[in-house]
Amino acid sequence: MSTSGATDAVMAPEPEPPGGGEERPLLDVRNLHVEFRTREGIAKAVNGVNYSVHAGETLAVLGESGSGKSVTAQAVMGILDSPPGFITQGEVVFQGRDLLRMGGEERRKIRGARMAMIFQDALSSLNPVLSVGEQLGEMFRVHQGLSRKEARAKAIELMERVRIPAARERVKQYPHQFSGGMRQRVMIAMAMALEPELIIADEPTTALDVTVQAQVMDLLAELQREYNMGLILITHDLGVVADVADKIAVMYAGRIVESSPVHDIYRAPAHPYTRGLLDSIPRVDLKGQELYAIKGLPPNLLHIPPGCAFNPRCPRAQEVCRTDVPPLYRVNQERASACHFWKETLDDDSAPSGDA
Amino acid sequence: MTDTVKGAAPAGEPILQVRNLVKHFPLTRGIVFQKQVGAVKAVDGISFDLHRGETLGIVGESGCGKSTVAKLLMNLERATSGEVFYKGEDITRLSGRALKAVRRNIQMVFQDPYTSLNPRMTVGDIIGEPFDIHPEVAPKGDRRKRVQELLDVVGLNPEYVNRYPHQFSGGQRQRIGIARGLALNPEIIICDEPVSALDVSVQAQVVNLMEKLQDEFGLSYIFIAHDLSIVRHISDRVGVMYLGRMAEIGTDAEIYEHPTHPYTQALLSAVPVPDPQAREQRAAGADSGAAAGRGRIILSGDVPSPADPPSGCRFRTRCWKAQDRCAQEQPLLAVPEVFRGSGTPAEHESACHFAEERATAEAA
Ligand SMILES: Nc1ncnc2c1ncn2[C@@H]1O[C@H](COP(=O)(O)OP(=O)(O)OP(=O)(O)O)[C@@H](O)[C@H]1O
Ligand SMILES: Nc1ncnc2c1ncn2[C@@H]1O[C@H](COP(=O)(O)OP(=O)(O)OP(=O)(O)O)[C@@H](O)[C@H]1O
Ligand code: SF4
Ligand code: SF4
Ligand SMILES: [Mg+2]
Ligand SMILES: [Mg+2]
Repeated sequence: MSTSGATDAVMAPEPEPPGGGEERPLLDVRNLHVEFRTREGIAKAVNGVNYSVHAGETLAVLGESGSGKSVTAQAVMGILDSPPGFITQGEVVFQGRDLLRMGGEERRKIRGARMAMIFQDALSSLNPVLSVGEQLGEMFRVHQGLSRKEARAKAIELMERVRIPAARERVKQYPHQFSGGMRQRVMIAMAMALEPELIIADEPTTALDVTVQAQVMDLLAELQREYNMGLILITHDLGVVADVADKIAVMYAGRIVESSPVHDIYRAPAHPYTRGLLDSIPRVDLKGQELYAIKGLPPNLLHIPPGCAFNPRCPRAQEVCRTDVPPLYRVNQERASACHFWKETLDDDSAPSGDA
Repeated sequence: MTDTVKGAAPAGEPILQVRNLVKHFPLTRGIVFQKQVGAVKAVDGISFDLHRGETLGIVGESGCGKSTVAKLLMNLERATSGEVFYKGEDITRLSGRALKAVRRNIQMVFQDPYTSLNPRMTVGDIIGEPFDIHPEVAPKGDRRKRVQELLDVVGLNPEYVNRYPHQFSGGQRQRIGIARGLALNPEIIICDEPVSALDVSVQAQVVNLMEKLQDEFGLSYIFIAHDLSIVRHISDRVGVMYLGRMAEIGTDAEIYEHPTHPYTQALLSAVPVPDPQAREQRAAGADSGAAAGRGRIILSGDVPSPADPPSGCRFRTRCWKAQDRCAQEQPLLAVPEVFRGSGTPAEHESACHFAEERATAEAA
């Protein structure tokens, strides 16, 4: 049963979407590489990311700080800081066309109208000197050529859509006059304004309180259903993922190390890093015991370890892990894992084998 | 449902007794002649005990006054009124030498491992700094050795003593903060969001360290955090704060499995459970506050401003059970009459006129 994973080293380009025979994905990121050329050296922030989203689907991108979640999103949106950031390889195929080979003007038209982004920190991503209404209205004036008055009416309508109370009065207010949760609603309204096909939400609720976070996630999910949007949700919260995602891509050191439908991955992870993350969630029935902790620290991107980037922290590491970069193995139609020993990991339902 | 697995009875006698603690920050207008026009009621009548060797968790949403409570206990802020008894002595009135003596025994670990350490001091100087104020703990010649011991205790290489904070990761910096907190052999450590800024995998390392140190040195912790599952893991008892007041307090099982205050119930139900099966279960239940039997309670609105809190019960503007009485009469933190003497886990302090249990969504 547990043969070495290396024997069936079938490279999985990208697992099929759940549900099988759907048409092509809305967004298909293939083998994306991004590096930052800094004074200290070249930081390899994204090292071959593959993921895809279909219309109406929620993909959660999970990973620790610095694993490359935001940089990948910035590359997809075309807002990467360049220099120092450079896309050195890969494709970003949106509705069948590679965005990386498009001209600047064409790309700008897609951004905002066809795909939009929601950021963690609404206050610093909204313009502090323009009223919320002016900022929302601008979307319509620039992209749809509406008049000032029409744009304002649209802005109010949008604010009502995202359930901001007293929208008609509050449309004149400035971002700092809104609470954190209300500001995040304004951000969502901006992103939704032109009814894009794809929304990338980068930690949209991390800065919010639990009860407000629940309101905002609820709203986002409802709008997504209504407009059948593709949603990429970037987070490091395993709870949020379990709550809303259809499928998950787990990032480590700039790579997707595991991708899977949400139920399967929580039931049985196929990568030791995913396993470690799930095992470090505090559990009620294990109260009073030590928490499982992944040992060591995330790698320095200037010096990613050779072989599997996770090997210095991995309880399962063997010699091959220190020399050979694991390809993305196909686990089944819908799953992939970048671990030489994905089979053993999947089969192993005993307690974590690492030292806690 | 399982009840109190772990010792329900708090270990040891109270080491800290907080009574009716109040902190109002004045709101002023005018530049030359400042006139007080109101007050931010950051902490508005809080009482609880901390027992020797236990961990009391404090949870609540941003701005509810958790950090202010921590600072009051440390005497970093002067209380507007109320008392904090440390071994029977009210420390809010102390100053000078007497305050210094008490401070040695109550230390603090801060949230932000990035800004709470002075970037221009070496790790050795940071950890050793408390010895400058309390030279009696470590005579000059002993300091370096003592600092290295502390580094070792928190799992850092003692040879790092001459490095600077920026040369460490977030988790390592938090360990430096803990080492500093331990320097004077305190009895109580107040931890204000000690792991909130850390990644999941690193967070577990720091929490394990804190538990180990507690066992080793018999420490009492006040552990402030907004991650409810971490708080449950580490705490013996938990207090839930809302807008400057304590809404409910009890053992971890009482609070997490048998909450009787609507705010606690809403807060717990809003926490995303890291198990995708929970969402199907939840979808089967109702999801709007009033009707909710088992499902998620989505509260409407935001937390009101502490400068202008609602009359009566602070939670009433978001509470689906609010009645006229809630606006008129402040509910006191006490065991609700209906549960008094019942011997059930619902018999714990809850500040609600209409406290009752609600079948909570099944936790994994
Ligand atoms: N403008 C930049 N210049 C240099 N390095 C950068 C820049 N932007 C990002 N990086 C580096 O790229 C790496 C990946 O960063 P990224 O922001 O994608 O992480 P993340 O997974 O989003 O983390 P977090 O959870 O903290 O948001 C990090 O090591 C970061 O320091
Ligand atoms: N020095 C101060 N002057 C005026 N208001 C203050 C001061 N310190 C805190 N406050 C206010 O008191 C209230 C409670 O603040 P506190 O920092 O204790 O909240 P908290 O529960 O720790 O929140 P968080 O979870 O965001 O850390 C807030 O409304 C805050 O703005
Ligand atoms: S390839 Fe090796 S080191 Fe990497 S995750 Fe798998 S077992 Fe661990
Ligand atoms: S006292 Fe009234 S308003 Fe306050 S929590 Fe209880 S029912 Fe709700
Ligand atoms: Mg990020
Ligand atoms: Mg605080």
